[in-house]
Amino acid sequence: MSGAWFDYTVNGFVIGNIYALLAVGLALIYGVANLVNFAHGSVYVVGAYTGWAAITYLDTPLPVTLLCVIAVSALVGVGIERIGLRPLHGSSRIAPLLATIGIALVLDQVLQLLFTPDPRAVPMQVPEWRVAIGGGTIGALDLLIAGIGMISAVVLYSFLRFTKLGWAVRATAQDSDAAQQMGVDVNRVNMAVFAIASALSGVSGVLVGMYYNQISTAMSFEATLKGIVALIIGGLGNVPGAIAGSLILGLTESYGIALFGTSYRNLFAFVLLIAMLVWRPNGLFAARRSLPPEPMTGTFIARSRPVAVPRWAVAAMIAVAALLPLLDQPYLLQIGANSLMYAMLALSLTLVAGTVGQVSLGHAALLAIGGYASGLLAMDAGWPVALAIPAAGLVTAALGTLLVFPAFRLTGHYVSIATLGIGEIVALVILNWTGLTRGAIGLGGIPPLEVFGIDLGSVEGTYWLCLAVLVLLALLQLRLLRSHLGRTWRAIRDDPVAARSYGVSGDRYKALAFGFGGFAAGISGAITAHAYSYINHETFGASISILALTMVILGGLGNVLGAVLGATLLIALPEAFRFLAEYRILIYGIVLLLLIRFRPQGLMGTV
Amino acid sequence: MSALLRLEGINSFYGPVQVHFDLNLAVEAGQIVCLLGGNASGKSTTMKTVLGLQRPGSGRVWFDGAEITGLPTPQVIRRGIGSVPEARRLFPAMTVRENLLMGAYARSDRAAIAADEERVLGLFPRLRERLGQRAGTMSGGEQQMLAMARALMGRPKLICMDEPTMGLSPLFVDRVLELIQAINREGVTVFMVEQNASLALGIAHYGYVLQTGRIALQGPAGELLRDPRIRDAYLGGTARDGGDAG
Repeated sequence: MSGAWFDYTVNGFVIGNIYALLAVGLALIYGVANLVNFAHGSVYVVGAYTGWAAITYLDTPLPVTLLCVIAVSALVGVGIERIGLRPLHGSSRIAPLLATIGIALVLDQVLQLLFTPDPRAVPMQVPEWRVAIGGGTIGALDLLIAGIGMISAVVLYSFLRFTKLGWAVRATAQDSDAAQQMGVDVNRVNMAVFAIASALSGVSGVLVGMYYNQISTAMSFEATLKGIVALIIGGLGNVPGAIAGSLILGLTESYGIALFGTSYRNLFAFVLLIAMLVWRPNGLFAARRSLPPEPMTGTFIARSRPVAVPRWAVAAMIAVAALLPLLDQPYLLQIGANSLMYAMLALSLTLVAGTVGQVSLGHAALLAIGGYASGLLAMDAGWPVALAIPAAGLVTAALGTLLVFPAFRLTGHYVSIATLGIGEIVALVILNWTGLTRGAIGLGGIPPLEVFGIDLGSVEGTYWLCLAVLVLLALLQLRLLRSHLGRTWRAIRDDPVAARSYGVSGDRYKALAFGFGGFAAGISGAITAHAYSYINHETFGASISILALTMVILGGLGNVLGAVLGATLLIALPEAFRFLAEYRILIYGIVLLLLIRFRPQGLMGTV
Repeated sequence: MSALLRLEGINSFYGPVQVHFDLNLAVEAGQIVCLLGGNASGKSTTMKTVLGLQRPGSGRVWFDGAEITGLPTPQVIRRGIGSVPEARRLFPAMTVRENLLMGAYARSDRAAIAADEERVLGLFPRLRERLGQRAGTMSGGEQQMLAMARALMGRPKLICMDEPTMGLSPLFVDRVLELIQAINREGVTVFMVEQNASLALGIAHYGYVLQTGRIALQGPAGELLRDPRIRDAYLGGTARDGGDAG
C-alpha cells in the first residue's frame, strides 16, 4: 500500500512540475502587465503540437524537439502581446483579459483546423526504464520532467536576479511608471516576458503529451484553468509562490484521485481555487491579507450614449418576430428559437456584467442548473412542465446567488476567475452527483414543452413560447433598470467605494442582480432542456459562457436590446453562412477581438 | 544663451479638461528652477509633459537643443533627464543597491557606473549603510534620498523633482534641500515642482508660479520671495481668498 502512495506522490510531484511551468509564466505576465493571460493554455497546446510535428515529420531528437517548441511558443507569445496587450494600453484592466480569451478561441480553432480535433500520440523520446524505490517506481520521464522544472526555475531565478533585462522585469512589475522613468522600455519588457512565459508553457505542453502519451486541441482550456488555480494559490504575480502553488495543486489532485477517483480530480482543483479566493485572495504566501489596492478594478464599460430606439420600432420588431412562423420555414424558426434562448442568457449576463460590472465567465452554469432543475422536477417529481420551468428559474436564482455569494467581495479579474471556477464546479458536481443527476449518462427523455395541456413541442410552439418569455423578461429588466434599483446597480459598478459611503450595501444589490439574472438564465436553461429532451454535464459548457459574453459585448454591455441583438446576430449569422460552420469559433474569437479593440461600447452602446 | 529645457506654447488636456493654457517656461543650465502652485494648478502635468508621460495637445518641448515633444519616456530619459517622481516611486521589493543600479539602467558603461555609485554614496552616506536592505522598508526621508540618488545614477544633465519634500519630517526637509543644492553644485540642473513656496524659493535661482494652468508670475527667486503677491498667496501673509497652499 505504501508503494501506491509513493507512486501517487511521484505523480503529484510530476504534475505539479508541469503546472509550475504554466503558472510561473502566468505569474510573470501578471507581474509586468497586470493581466491574467487566458491564452496561456492555447500556447501550451501550440507547444504540444509543435513537439509532435517536429518528432513526426523531422524526426528530431529530444533537445532539438524542445528547442523547436521553445522557439515557436515564444513567437506565439510575442504575437499575443502585440495583439492582446499593447494596443489596449489605456483601456480598462479587464479589456486585455477579454482580448486573451478572444486570442485563445482563435488559436484553439486554428490548431483544430490544422491538426483535426482527434487526439494524437506524442512519440516517447525518453527511455522507458523505471527504478523501484521504496515500493514504488520512478521512470526516466518523471526525472526528465522534474529536471526541466527545476532547471527552468534556476534559470529563471538567475535571469531575474542577475541580468539587466531581468532587473527591468522586476522593476516593471513593482512600478511600471517608475521603471519607464529609469529608461526601461516597458513594451520590450512585456514582449520578453510573454516570450519567456510562452516558451515555458509550450515546454509544459509537450511534456504533458509525453507523460499521458496523448495530446488534443481540447486540453487548452483546462491547462489555462489549472495554471490560474496554481497562480492564485501562490498569489497573483508571485513567481516562487506560483511554483509552490503548482506543487500543492499537483499533490492535492494526485491524492484526491487516490482517495476518491479520477472524476473528482478537477473538482478538487476548483474547490481549492474558490477557497483561496474567499479566504486568501492574495495567495498563501502574501504578508497582507487585504486585497491589493485597486489595480484590478474598473469594469469593461466604455462610456457611450446608447443608441435610442423608439418604442414603436421595438413594438414593430416584436410583431415581425411574432409573425415569423407564418412564413412556414421550420429551419429558420429553429434558429430563431435558439437565438431567443441565447438572448435570455444574454439578458441575464448583460445585467450582471454590464449593469453591475461583474464580468462573469461561468454564466452557462446557470443554464445547467435551470435545465437540470426543470428536467428533474418534471421527470422525477412529476411536475407539469409549465410549473417546472418557472420553479427552475427560482431554483437557479437562489442557487446561483448562493454559489456566487462568497465571491461578492472580490473585484475585477478575481470575479472573472471566481465565476469561471464556480461554473466548472457546477459542471463537475452534476457529473459526480450520480444519485440526483444520473452523472455522465445525462438526463434523457425530458418531457416536451407544454403549457397546461397545450403542446408547444412543435417548432412554432417552442418559438412562440421563447419569444413571449423573452419579451416578458426584457420588459421586466428594462423596468428594473429605470427604477431606483437600476441606478443603485450602476452606482456600485461605477464607484463601489462611493456607493458604500452613501450607505449602499454592495453585497445585497449584487445578490439582487445575480438573483434576477439567475432567474432569466434558469428559465432559458429550463426551456432548452425541454426543447432538446436530452442534456448532460457538457451541454452547458464554458464555451457557452464565453459565447454569451461575446454576445453581450457585441450588443453593448448593460443594454437590454443590445443583448437580444447580439444573441441573434451571433447565432443566426453563422447559420446563414453555413459554409462557415467549421470556422464558427474562429469567427467568435475574431469578433471579440475586434470589438474590444475598436468598438468596446458594442453595437447599441453601453448603458 | 539658450535654455537647457524649454516649454513653448503648451496646451494640454486631461480628458475633456484643459490643464495648461499656452504655457511657456525655460530652465537655464546650471540653475535650480522651481515651479510653484497650489493643488490642481497643473504642476504635476508639467512634469509629466517634460518626461513624456503625457503628450501635450499642442506646443513643443525642447531639451538640450533638440525637440523632445512626444518622445516615449525611456528615450527622454536616455537624452539626459533624471526623474525623482512624486511620492518617490522606488522599487520597494528591490534592495537599495538594486534601486541605485536601476537608475543607471539606460547606461552601459560599467566602469563609470561603478565610479558613480561611489560618488553618489559619498553624497548620501546613509544609503551606504543600507545597501542590502529592501527599499520599501526604509523611512520616508531615506526613501527620498534614495530616489534622488537613483536619479543621479543616470548621470543626467537635468533632474526633474516632483514635490521632493512632500510628507517628510521638518528635519529631513532641510536635509533634502541641502542635498538638492549639493547636487546642483556638482553641475546638475534642477527643475523642481513644489507646493512649499518659501522652502523652494530659498534654494532656487528662478521661480515660476502656476495658477490654473497659466504662468501667473515669474522671476529670480529672491524677487519672488519679496513679492507681496507671493507672500499673500503662498507664504501666509495677509489672508486672501484663493490661497490654497497655505
